[in-house]
Amino acid sequence: MGWGLVLALTLIVIAPVIVVAWQAGVSTDIRPEDIAAIRFTVTQAILSALVSVIVALPIARALARRQFWGRNAIITLLGAPFILPVIVAVIALLTIFGQGGILARYLAEIGFNLPSIYGLSGVVLAHVFLNVPLVTRYLLQGWNDIPAEHFRLAASLGFSARDTFRLLELPMLRATLPAAALAVFLICTTSFAVALTMGGGPRATTIELAIFQAFRFDFDLARASQLALFQLLLTGVTALVAFRVLRLASFGGGSGRPLSRPDIPKSGGLVVLDATVVAVAVVFFMAPLLSIVVRGAPHLPDLPSSIWLASLNSLLVALAAALMAVLGALGVVLAAAYGATVAGTTLRILAYLPLALSPLVLGTGLFLAINPYIDPRDVALPVAATVNAAVTLPFAVGILHPVLLRTESQYANLADSVGLTGWSRFRDLYFPASRPALGFSAGLAAALSIGDLSVIALFTGADVTTLPMQVYRLMGAYRMEDAVAASLWLLLLSLFVFWVFDWWGRRDA
Amino acid sequence: MRHSILAAGLALTIGTPALAQTPVLTVYTYDSFVTDWGPGPAVEEAFEATCNCDLEFVAAGDGAALLARLRLEGARTDADVVLGLDTNLTAAARETGLIAPHGLSADDLDLPIAWEDDAFLPFDWGYFAFVYDSSKTPEAPSNFRDLAQSDTKIIIQDPRSSTPGLGLLLWVKAAYGEDAAEVWQDLSDNIVTVTKGWSEAYGLFLEGESDMVLSYTTSPAYHLIAEEDPTKAAAAFDEGHYMQIEVAGIVEGSDQTDLAKSFLEFILSDGFQGVIPTTNWMYPAKVASDGLPDGFETLITPETSLIFDPSEAAMKRDVALAEWLSALSQ
Repeated sequence: MGWGLVLALTLIVIAPVIVVAWQAGVSTDIRPEDIAAIRFTVTQAILSALVSVIVALPIARALARRQFWGRNAIITLLGAPFILPVIVAVIALLTIFGQGGILARYLAEIGFNLPSIYGLSGVVLAHVFLNVPLVTRYLLQGWNDIPAEHFRLAASLGFSARDTFRLLELPMLRATLPAAALAVFLICTTSFAVALTMGGGPRATTIELAIFQAFRFDFDLARASQLALFQLLLTGVTALVAFRVLRLASFGGGSGRPLSRPDIPKSGGLVVLDATVVAVAVVFFMAPLLSIVVRGAPHLPDLPSSIWLASLNSLLVALAAALMAVLGALGVVLAAAYGATVAGTTLRILAYLPLALSPLVLGTGLFLAINPYIDPRDVALPVAATVNAAVTLPFAVGILHPVLLRTESQYANLADSVGLTGWSRFRDLYFPASRPALGFSAGLAAALSIGDLSVIALFTGADVTTLPMQVYRLMGAYRMEDAVAASLWLLLLSLFVFWVFDWWGRRDA
Repeated sequence: MRHSILAAGLALTIGTPALAQTPVLTVYTYDSFVTDWGPGPAVEEAFEATCNCDLEFVAAGDGAALLARLRLEGARTDADVVLGLDTNLTAAARETGLIAPHGLSADDLDLPIAWEDDAFLPFDWGYFAFVYDSSKTPEAPSNFRDLAQSDTKIIIQDPRSSTPGLGLLLWVKAAYGEDAAEVWQDLSDNIVTVTKGWSEAYGLFLEGESDMVLSYTTSPAYHLIAEEDPTKAAAAFDEGHYMQIEVAGIVEGSDQTDLAKSFLEFILSDGFQGVIPTTNWMYPAKVASDGLPDGFETLITPETSLIFDPSEAAMKRDVALAEWLSALSQ
């Protein structure tokens, strides 16, 4: 099974890269707009990472040192943007910060003009909105990893707030902040949907978007490949650095346990400050989503019928991607667990490789490989499912691997002694033990895939369409009310698929 | 494992060839043509009343994206007719080898220029112009230099995906030649955003995202006639206005050649031309027997009209595009 899986992953992950490199050839024709795209990609990713970290820091600190009613609910909600379809986030932000949005209307009444959201500011805003919750959870984890005794000790030794910060919190931040910033940077370098919708022309084009434009505007495959190669270099190097610094698995969880902090006053200015920070954060993150619900709900019944077929397509893509990602991850982890074989090691490397690949790079490679033989439009959905499965595979492996390792180390001897081997060992030991993790990672994969707007944009004609694509089209046709309603529907569907899988995993666990 | 992946993949491959009784004529066109308020519905009804067929419009983005879509699909395309390219793109479209000669005579048109193309037939025309709200912007700029110097905010379309975007590129090129790059550099701080198509740009303008939007001298007629709103106006530019002639052609290798041909004939009849002014808001290529609707006489008519012939436009496009990209990506 190990080598079979190696072959499958090689076909999906390595082959497209080779095809892209082959097609790009040795052309050294770098145009000014390519430089601009690379520059914009890096600039917006740096800004997004910095702003996300700066915004997340006070939120995480307030949440880490306070206990209050609703704290757990807030932390759970902070996990939501991970499965929030990007296009939904964009529409949600437009209903607040767009020129026709709530904020613009209020500001207009007092004589202010809200600057346009399109371009760099909009792209960064959307990325911050999508990534601050992740960074917050990541930092929260960092604070939770500081042993509570240390804080107690600091308090009994009469440390000042500054000393506590310098000796206990700063070392943790030094370790976690760069990793968190790097993760956001990596996510933002492959930004497509945000740049497509919020970017404004040549000045605000990411490399991903430029690849799409080479396809859709010029149908220039050589150029698309060349851009894909640039993208590959950028994400490859970033991923390599990130891989050394980043604890991937910890992005899955997030601790709900509040810290006991005897050193922090329970009343006074600091409490007001923390309460304000948390309140502002909740409003900033919930208001756009609430506004989608309020504006979209009345229009849900009048959505054009094309939405329902698109929903079905999206569901199929999501289910297939989730199945492939989870089965693939299970295979990778099991092959690795059976000892340090060559196949096992190769598999783990292959499984993490998609972190360095963007969906459009994979999509370009697959398009080039398929186009001479099959009409790419006919396989738009399977290809979308496959690429999404590949992109979510690292997360699934990251979540499953520790669980299976733990199971193996706890029960291996017992299982061996009762002769539990092969299939029955999987059925009676690994499977029940990893079911919650399986459900959670399948839910993640499904939710991420249902909201994906990248590969499908390359492959599809007008005939086969998915829900995020329909939302984008409604937005393009400036049917904002319908677009908002369709976004609400997409949001509900992605929450639903996540919940179904997660529920399956937790059921009688 | 691999079996499940394959099975999952196969389950997704849904072939959807609808087996229709009546022949289907597939027409690729741009987005705004097929909207409820565009010409699509009326044209479909009128043609289907006589053709004993099913006319199916497929919206493929804006006009220039239409050509890219055709290239991308190549000989596999489902399109029988492509409607909505303009003369700036016909040379490139011809080069694909995907357009068949129409074999129809095109005399007797109401175009400002003579028509001699054997692959494409014109269906409407107009002049590009910046449209503004005269109640908010009392004094509109009267040429590109004034515009660049003012702090007037404009929304334009991407020349790679949109025919108005490409038209603007060639407009500036026709008016300024060698100085075009400099004009674009000066204009770059006036541009709020560059959209993929006309629909997005016009929608954003109506939502108040900019002072002016690249559209047509005929656009104010829509507001005047359909909305009884006289405040929208087109700014007259003293360099002259670039002309757009929108065309349709038959796709080579179409399995409905006869039907495609009769559709192209229909395009120049009253049934099509009569709805153009008040749905596509352009001048008809052949004015219908009842003339132009009331309100069109209020529109500005440019003193100088600019246009490159198709081969000239194709030649100038690449240079102009490079200038535009480098000016706007700084």
